[in-house]
Amino acid sequence: MNANGANHDAGQANAGQASARPAFGRLVNVAKTFDTGSQRVTAVKDVSLAFGQGDLISLLGPSGCGKTTVLKMMGGLIPASGGTLELAGQAITGPYPGVGVVFQAPTLMPWRTVLGNVLFPMEVLGKNDRSAKKRAEELLALVGLSGFEHAYPRQLSGGMQQRVALCRAIVHEPSILLMDEPFGALDELTRLEMNDLLLNIRRVTGATVAFVTHSISEAIYLSDRVFVFSKRPAVIALELDVDIPYPRSQQTRFLQRFTELEKQASIALGVVK
Amino acid sequence: MMRANFLKLLYPLAGIAIILIAWHLYVVLLRVPTVVLPGPLQVSAATTTHAKILLEESWVTTLECIYGFALALGLGIPIAVVMTYSRVTNLMFYPLLVASQSIPKVAVAPILLVWFGTGIESKLAMAFVIAFFPIVVDTATGLRSTSPELLELARSLQCSRLQTFFKIQLPSALPSIFSGAKIAVTLAVIGAVIGEFIGSNEGLGNLLLTANSQLNTPLAWAALVVLSVLGMILYGAVVLAERIMMPWAPDGAHKL
Repeated sequence: MNANGANHDAGQANAGQASARPAFGRLVNVAKTFDTGSQRVTAVKDVSLAFGQGDLISLLGPSGCGKTTVLKMMGGLIPASGGTLELAGQAITGPYPGVGVVFQAPTLMPWRTVLGNVLFPMEVLGKNDRSAKKRAEELLALVGLSGFEHAYPRQLSGGMQQRVALCRAIVHEPSILLMDEPFGALDELTRLEMNDLLLNIRRVTGATVAFVTHSISEAIYLSDRVFVFSKRPAVIALELDVDIPYPRSQQTRFLQRFTELEKQASIALGVVK
Repeated sequence: MMRANFLKLLYPLAGIAIILIAWHLYVVLLRVPTVVLPGPLQVSAATTTHAKILLEESWVTTLECIYGFALALGLGIPIAVVMTYSRVTNLMFYPLLVASQSIPKVAVAPILLVWFGTGIESKLAMAFVIAFFPIVVDTATGLRSTSPELLELARSLQCSRLQTFFKIQLPSALPSIFSGAKIAVTLAVIGAVIGEFIGSNEGLGNLLLTANSQLNTPLAWAALVVLSVLGMILYGAVVLAERIMMPWAPDGAHKL
């Protein structure tokens, strides 16, 4: 697992020029309208974005702006009404193998132990062998849950449950990890801790991550690149390259550059006039 | 911890003791005739005197209850599954199912007697008819309340329909199924006794009726006591099954 990490750190030096690299994922003029019987609601008007393999991108926007809809379309969970989506050269038209999802709530299965929950994707994919168990245990160790393998979810705190959900999302080594406001329900301190945990997991596994959030500082802290969404119907108001090198720490939040980026995002969101 | 458990047990026992003493005093002090109301001592004497027949008759009633309850589970759960996943079936039969519940169950008993005779069949049919509904309704509710995120997870992993059902929806519904089963098992006892009242020559319900008609009130009361013990044992068995099948549930869920 560590081999990837070294490569990844080297790759980060030119994160700022990510657009020059061949795109791993690409959304072109993606739109989504919902028919709610009497009326048509345009949730996503026109979203185009691209990212490289191993990138961590954030979709940042106000509540109900359609960023979650975009994330679900990226996972093939709902079809787009217009435009094209592709990942690793393949068009996304429906659910495909190699997606990991983390929701706002941990949504663990209460009837399975921690280990059983993490192994669920492997079981469904028919790959639940000894090496899968070993990988699950390694991931649990990575998020600091060694010794909790046989506990039931109800015995864990919200933050711990979300860490289990994170392990479940990456146990099958998905080509993309989709995270829908995964830390939004946690208290601030736990959230900061989870941010560092995610960066660490990403460093070790080299996972490509699309992260939905409405927290400006969380988006900037985590990401290679931030796509700031407008209010509904969504278009991309601003694309922000976060040119602060990894590894980042909580100190990073106090850099002048960090504050500048926060201000740019705030202006794009209309929070700061 | 031990002390707390001991107290928990002590309180209901004390409650029972108080009621028995009050009952005893009422009967003795007001000289209530035994035919009208036997005292607790007379009831317990009748229980020991007629222990053999009480045991034999309870065995019959127990079987009726278990068979009726098992039939309600065996048919109720699959019907709930079909109604949950087939919209057409749901639209066609769910209103009918709900409407059928406005029929007083006792009114069905004579018809069941005509169909199934005076043997065990008409009694287990009665137990089934009365226990069936809560199982269907609670199972359907449980299946419908599966977390949408878990279903989305299943979809993202391209789970088959069967995988989704057996790995996610059915276990999600298990707590609801058990709460339906707990209601159903007590109703099954009522159903069996109704069946025995309408037409039978065995079972606790029949014994109760016979004792009553012979003015053997202590025996009737003894049958009543055994019947309530039977109900508690069956209920306890369902709770035990729940604990075994859902070791993950919070303790509160197993509360009686």
